[in-house]
Amino acid sequence: ILQVQQKRWKVETNSRLDSVLLLSSMNLPGGELRRRSAEDELAMRDYLQEGDLISAEVQSVFSDGAVSLHTRSLKYGKLGQGVLVQVSPSLVKRQKTHFHDLPCGASVILGNNGFIWIYPTPEQKDEEAGGFTTNSEPVPLSDREVISRLRNCIVALVNQKLMLFDTSILYCYEASLPHQIKDILKPEVMEEIVLETRQRLLNLEG
Amino acid sequence: EDLRVDGRGCEDYRCAEVETDVVSNTSGSARVKLGHTDILVGVKAEMGTPKLEKPDEGYLEFFVDCSANATPEFEGRGGEELGAEIANTLYRVFSSESSVDLKSLCINPREHCWILYVDVLLLECGGNLFDAISIAVKAALFNTRIPKVRVSEDEEGSKEIELSDDPYDCIRLNVDDVPCIVTLSKIGYRHVVDATLQEEACSLASLLISVTSKGTLTSLKKVGKGSLDPESIFEMMETGKRVGKSLHIALQKVLDEEESLGSSRQKVGFLG
Repeated sequence: ILQVQQKRWKVETNSRLDSVLLLSSMNLPGGELRRRSAEDELAMRDYLQEGDLISAEVQSVFSDGAVSLHTRSLKYGKLGQGVLVQVSPSLVKRQKTHFHDLPCGASVILGNNGFIWIYPTPEQKDEEAGGFTTNSEPVPLSDREVISRLRNCIVALVNQKLMLFDTSILYCYEASLPHQIKDILKPEVMEEIVLETRQRLLNLEG
Repeated sequence: EDLRVDGRGCEDYRCAEVETDVVSNTSGSARVKLGHTDILVGVKAEMGTPKLEKPDEGYLEFFVDCSANATPEFEGRGGEELGAEIANTLYRVFSSESSVDLKSLCINPREHCWILYVDVLLLECGGNLFDAISIAVKAALFNTRIPKVRVSEDEEGSKEIELSDDPYDCIRLNVDDVPCIVTLSKIGYRHVVDATLQEEACSLASLLISVTSKGTLTSLKKVGKGSLDPESIFEMMETGKRVGKSLHIALQKVLDEEESLGSSRQKVGFLG
């Protein structure tokens, strides 16, 4: 979130113009559907402040190219603890689902704009909050290791110009297991694990 | 628990690449790539008059140029403030008498001496500028070759300076006591070495320590808006000394390896 304005938020989405998230497109806590009042407008800053991260969907595109976002589904909303990786948008494969729960213990959101969010898989699946309550409890070390490893794997894949999708990230993660997390960023190790990932993906196709 | 976002521990540096002798028309040069931070240092040795208060010593002059390529904030005159801050820090770090043997830079007391102009160019900003710059400065000084001069006296008494024609006849600087800067950024309750841009954004206060290879501190500087507890300063100093010593050992090893390859070394430079 870049700015909090009158009835909307300005959001940075790695596009030519800043995107807009209208207050009416935002889901209120509790999931209730009602007309947004003046009090809601004044309480905007309580929901989302400058510097917060959100996951949202594109609702429409204005004539000048600016994008209007909405978070009308409960799976969208403010993001809690996790790691953001910014990559070139052309390396993210266009798929039907963007939210993936990887079997290694973390979840990943692959945004088509190149913003990738890695976070620990939440235990309860149905959260009524709709993304408003952020869990500030410290994340356990094992989860953090998985997330760091995934982050380094994504950086390695990007470095070697391989398309990013859930399978390629998972194969790369498995290929990187024999190495230490910080060693993944070394050029020789990067080449080695991405080569192995490429091989497995080719075997999958053929 | 000693695990950062990219898997490093709190005292681990990123992968660094050091290459010397990349700029041909300087007396010495070095390029350092620390993660996404890219620094180029060139050293030019010129003859001049010694300073009045130190007539039998040469001296070093630092100039830092923040290229507009590094980040968009450096466009136009945006990088001047940061450049001046870095240059002042370098002057402080090298202000100690034992860092560089300035007496060896003297040719004729009160008349001629070598002035080493150290120019630092920031090519890319990826966090942890000071450390990368100090590594590059040490590598460039190691690579510097100052031509030998002979002073001959005429019959009238006026001194003539002759530069030797042989390009290999030169003096090298002893960089054993040249300090390196270690930046410790405080994030939450811990401090980390070699912060990336993201980590620097989260850190409210940092401590810049310049350490020599023997572990002696030559200068200490606190940067940032936040405050530091005196106890944490002591801890950070101890960490800085430890990390600084191992940094010096690793750097010297790389420089010696590069040196031993001699003229047959393949230079990567900027096009590799």
